[in-house]
Order: sequence, then structure tokens, then C-alpha cells
Amino acid sequence: MLEIRNLHAGVEGAEILHGIDLTVNTGEIHAIMGPNGSGKSTLAQVLAGHEAYSVTAGEVIYEGQDLLDMDPDERAVQGVFLAFQYPVEIPGVNSAYFLRTALNAIRTAKDREEVDAIDFLALIRDKLKLVEMDEKFLKRPVNEGFSGGEKKRHEILQMAVLEPRLAILDETDSGLDIDALRIVANGVNTLHSADKATIVVTHYQRLLNNIVPDVVHVMLDGRIVQSGDKTLAMELEEKGYDWIKEEHATHSV
Amino acid sequence: MSSQAQELETLATSDYKFGWVTDIEQESAPPGLNEDIIRFISEKKNEPDWLLEWRLKAYRHWLTMTDPLKRKKSEQWAMVTYPDIDYQSIVYYSAPKKAGDGPESLDEVDPELLATYEKLGIPLEEQKMLTGVAVDAVFDSVSVATTFKESLAEVGVIFCSFSEAVQDHPDLVRQYLGSVVPHTDNYFAALNSAVFSDGSFCYIPKGVRCPMELSTYFRINAANTGQFERTLVIAEEGAYVSYLEGCTAPMRDENQLHAAVVELVALDNAQIKYSTVQNWYPGDIDGKGGIYNFVTKRGACRGTNSKISWTQVETGSAITWKYPSCILQGDNSVGEFYSVAVTSLKQQADTGTKMIHIGKNTRSTIISKGISALLGQNTYRGAVQVLKGAHNARNFTQCDSMLIGDQCGAHTFPYIDVRNTSAHVEHEATTSKIGEDQIFYCNQRGISTEDAVSMIVNGFCKEVLAELPMEFAVEAQKLLGISLEGSVG
Repeated sequence: MLEIRNLHAGVEGAEILHGIDLTVNTGEIHAIMGPNGSGKSTLAQVLAGHEAYSVTAGEVIYEGQDLLDMDPDERAVQGVFLAFQYPVEIPGVNSAYFLRTALNAIRTAKDREEVDAIDFLALIRDKLKLVEMDEKFLKRPVNEGFSGGEKKRHEILQMAVLEPRLAILDETDSGLDIDALRIVANGVNTLHSADKATIVVTHYQRLLNNIVPDVVHVMLDGRIVQSGDKTLAMELEEKGYDWIKEEHATHSV
Repeated sequence: MSSQAQELETLATSDYKFGWVTDIEQESAPPGLNEDIIRFISEKKNEPDWLLEWRLKAYRHWLTMTDPLKRKKSEQWAMVTYPDIDYQSIVYYSAPKKAGDGPESLDEVDPELLATYEKLGIPLEEQKMLTGVAVDAVFDSVSVATTFKESLAEVGVIFCSFSEAVQDHPDLVRQYLGSVVPHTDNYFAALNSAVFSDGSFCYIPKGVRCPMELSTYFRINAANTGQFERTLVIAEEGAYVSYLEGCTAPMRDENQLHAAVVELVALDNAQIKYSTVQNWYPGDIDGKGGIYNFVTKRGACRGTNSKISWTQVETGSAITWKYPSCILQGDNSVGEFYSVAVTSLKQQADTGTKMIHIGKNTRSTIISKGISALLGQNTYRGAVQVLKGAHNARNFTQCDSMLIGDQCGAHTFPYIDVRNTSAHVEHEATTSKIGEDQIFYCNQRGISTEDAVSMIVNGFCKEVLAELPMEFAVEAQKLLGISLEGSVG
């Protein structure tokens, strides 16, 4: 589904990603772990198309298409979804309106009929249950005054409504208490299926107790330095990132 | 930088939707301003002597005044800049030929004019119109048609062009004209009083709730012409009316002056709701062309429990200079001002309100939303005055500014003058920037940049748009999106 080859990218002339290679197959869940500043979030933002980052080399093939050639909204239409680490507030625009506009933008781009307000309400009621959110939520301005946990659940709600093929979760676990963590993980697991792929970007292993990855990658200084199965995540939890840093330092000499 | 250049290019080539000209034979006064021109206008309109005298008095007073721009900087009220206006090069009267004697029946209106309004989205044939909205269509200096006059007359509501009101209801005009905005009020009000041509007149009798929205649609068509309309709305005891005005003009390289005066009078328990959607031609990105919108709007809450509410969505004009205000004279009277002002391209807006609390328990609310993009400069300027006798006066003011890009400006100047210790005055202000991150967030959900800007801006203006009559709120929402098209790369 997704193939990243030798991806170099950075911001304002400073390179952050120094050649990423990553293949994600349909049906897989990948975890990308690494210490702060290793480039995990940059990778997520580049895949979603944030214009602050420029790609200097390499390519990204998504479903046989050149992903880097697409505008961010086109990527969304094609099924790429990013759950933001810091979801943005949009004052005065209520969540229901925002979500319906997004859903209809994607449907229209695919020549499908728009969903009217009544059908949308029926549709969203189901999805709200998944993230254990109250209907009152829909009337609140997007992310305004939301608690950390509410923001993240709201991201998963959007994912449930838009039904992406490739979901990228950027530190979705940060700032969550145990209950919110369980709800978010449950949402992600429910939404994942054999015809989709999920990339979970996280600093900690704890989310991976609930979302079990097929492959775990460790990023360090803008490179993927190690990949393995879920035991790699546990090893990291136990030993921290230092041993891998040391190992990597020795290797690169 | 390249994206900024691209932005500007898109804008420079993007069309103002209403910028076309109607090709119609017009009868115009020669350019220039003197007593003969005023006599010419007055004669054209077959006015009584007292009105000619009133005009001349205003003109003579205007001659003694100084153009506000020529005052010392410290004495200037508004923060706008423009080259000297040559008042002798302006045409003060221009009308489609044959329609000079005021509005006739719709059958006699030039089909070219009907087509013009149809193209503007304001069909004048009653069967085609939005039900529940009566329109007075003003084309340059004259009203060309007023719809639903008869059905309104049945409930005693007078809705007609100003010229017609002078002929048919001279006593009402004489009683109220200049009673809220005297001819000495300011430079542009004095000029208007001398040369005003047409506008709308509304009179709602005692106890009548006007059964439909009244509206005036102003169109400037002729070149080098100024539009100086005069609107007078009177709500007798217990009456209610909702009035709306819309404005557009062709794209021209020269600036054109629009100096209107609007007076509202609300007696005991009366309510007037006055809404404006202003979309005059804004000029181009180099500041070439566009309308100078120098307007004096004021409402007098003369009666107890009376209420005047101004709502404005200002997206057009090269320069907007207007402060729709309320004189809260009656006890328990209420004044409201809801405003959205957009300045993009090289537009300047200096707008706000004055709330003058005179009566007891008077209340006022001011909600102002300013949006600046590209090279636009947007100023909120408002005064809240609580006079000595205004016991228990209340005011709440909220001024929010939004910036799009880094070359525009937003300014807020609230003046507060309180002479009564029981007054309660609150002022809140915020400034925010429409962020790349907000747009990216929307993009990531499949929403295009254009739709994202429109959605974010509409969210920002929500409280004001909610005050507009519904059909117009939808129009205003679209207009906000269009005005800012291309302002984000």
C-alpha cells in the first residue's frame, strides 16, 4: 500500500529525515518509535503533505501513485488520514458541520452523493459510540475548549467518519489517561481491517499493549535504524532508547 | 515569496463579479458643484422651496468646512489615506433617461434596467422575487422601481423612493429629515444634504409590524458619478421593521464617491433592524479604482423601550468610513451594532459605532469582527458615551480581529466616556491569525484551501451573521468566501 524510498525531507533548509525506507502492506499495523527529535512526527507530517516541510530527495508511492505529487486535500480524498498530535482549534465552526463538510468534500471528489444533515446525524451517532462521546460534542466548536483526551477521541471520531485506507496516528497516546487510552486504542483496532493499513507513531510502548503492531521500527536522527516484531517495542520499554543509540553509533563508525 | 507573488497574481486576474457596466442612455448634470447644480437637482425632482433652501443651507455650511483629510493628523478621526478628492470633477446627478421623474410602474421601466437587476440577482418582477422582501432599486441618482408598494400600503406602511416621499408625504419628510443627522454633522453629511439625489423612505405606523423585509439595492453605474443617497426610516410607537440594503458598482480605474446619509427614528416600544451587505467595487491590488464609501448612519431611540439594531457585512469599497450609531435617548432603550468588515487587496476600512447613552437603563451591545488579508488595513473605531443622566447604563463591547498573511493590519480604537458612576461598561478584544495549521488541518480532512478559509472566516463571524435575515445570511457567507478568494496561497 505504501512504499517510502530514500526519503529526505526538512524544514527551512535543515534536513530532518536523512533517507527513510519503509514498506507498509495492506492489512498491517506498523509502529514507529523513537526518542524526541528523532523525526517521527516530521515523517507523519510529510506523508500528510504539510507545506512547511520540503522533500529534497526520495519518493513515496501510495497505492501505485506518487503521493508527494498530491496536495494535502487530495491525499485525504485518496484515503490518507493523519490523527494530529496537536489538533487545531477552529472557533465558531461546530464539530458536526466540520465533519460533514469533510465527509462531503471527500464524497464529492469521488463522485459520490453528498450526505444531508439528517443522514449524517444517523451516521455519526453510531461512530460516537465507538469513542464513547456524547452527542452534545457535535455542537461544540472544533477542538475549542476540549481536554487533551477529548481532542484525541475527536481525532478518532473523524477517522471513523472518513474511513481512510491509510491511517497515521501521530503520538495519539500522549497526554491520555488510562481510560482515554483504552477508548482510543479500541477505536483504532475496530477501524483497522484487512484492506487497510495503520501507522502508529509513538514515544512509549504503552499504547502498543492495546494496539498490537505487526512491525515495529525505531527511528533515530532521521533514519530507521532497526525494525522487528512487537518484542522490539517491549525491549525498548525495558531498556529505553540509550542502548539502541549506542549500538547505532558503533555501527555507523 | 514565490507563493505570495502567485497569490497576488491570482487576485489581480480574479474578477469582481459585479464589475460590468449597463449600457444605457443617461441624463447627467455637468460635473462640478455650485448652487446652480443644487437648483438643477432640486428642480429635476420638482421639490418644494423649503427643501431647496435646506439643500442650499447645507451647501453653504459645507463650504465653510474642511475636508477631514486636510485637517491636522491629530484632529483626524479616521485612520484612512486617499488622494485629494476633486469635488468639481464629480457628476452629482445621473439618471437613466426618461426615468428622471422618479419611479414609474414596473411595466414602464427600461428592460435594460430590469435585466441589470436580474443579473445582480435582484429580479424586480414581484412574482420572481423572494417572497416577503420588498425592494427599492436605486440606479445612480434615482430610484427605478419599488416593489410590493401596494400590498404594504394596505397595512399602512409607506415604502417608496425618497423623491416620491417628498412629493407624497412632504410633512413626514420635513418633520424628520436632518433630525438625526443634522446637515452640520460632518463634511460628508453636509455634502450629502446639499446634493442628495435619491434613496428610500420607510414609515411604519403605530402598532404595525411590517409584514415583509424592506430592502434597497444601490447600484452605481455611470462613470465619474457620485452617489449621494438619503434614507429615512421611521417606526412609530410599537412598530417593527427589518430593513436591508445591498450595494454594487462596476469596475473602473477611477475612484468614485459614495456619501450617503441614513437616519432612523424609533418611538416608544418601536424596533428597527437595519442590515447592510456592502459589496461596492473594492479596486485592485495596486489600490487603483474602487468606491470611497463615506457614510453617516445614525439611529435615534427616541421612545422608551425602543430598540435599534445595526448589522453590517462590509466586504467591498476601496475605503470604508462609517459608524452606524445609536442615540439612546428613551429610557430602557437598546442599541446594537454587529459588524463584519473585510479588507483584502489594498482596501482600507475605518468602521465601528457610537453608542450614546442618555436615558436611564439604556443598554448597548457592540460585536465587531475585522478580517484583514493581503494589503488590507482594518480599523475598529468606536465610542461609548454615558451621559450624566443615564443611570444604570450598560454596554458590552467585543472586538475581534483576524489576520490572513503578514502584510495586512488590524487596529482597534475604543473610546469610552462615562459620566455616571452607575454605568457598567465592558470591553473585550482579541486578535488572531488564520494559521497555516488551521488550513492544513482542514486540508487533511479533504477540505480544499478555499473552502477551509471560507469555513474558518464564517466561524469567526458567526455571531454577526446570525443577526442577518436568513436569505441574506447565506448570501453574506458566500460573499465572505469570495472576497477572500486567493488571499491564502
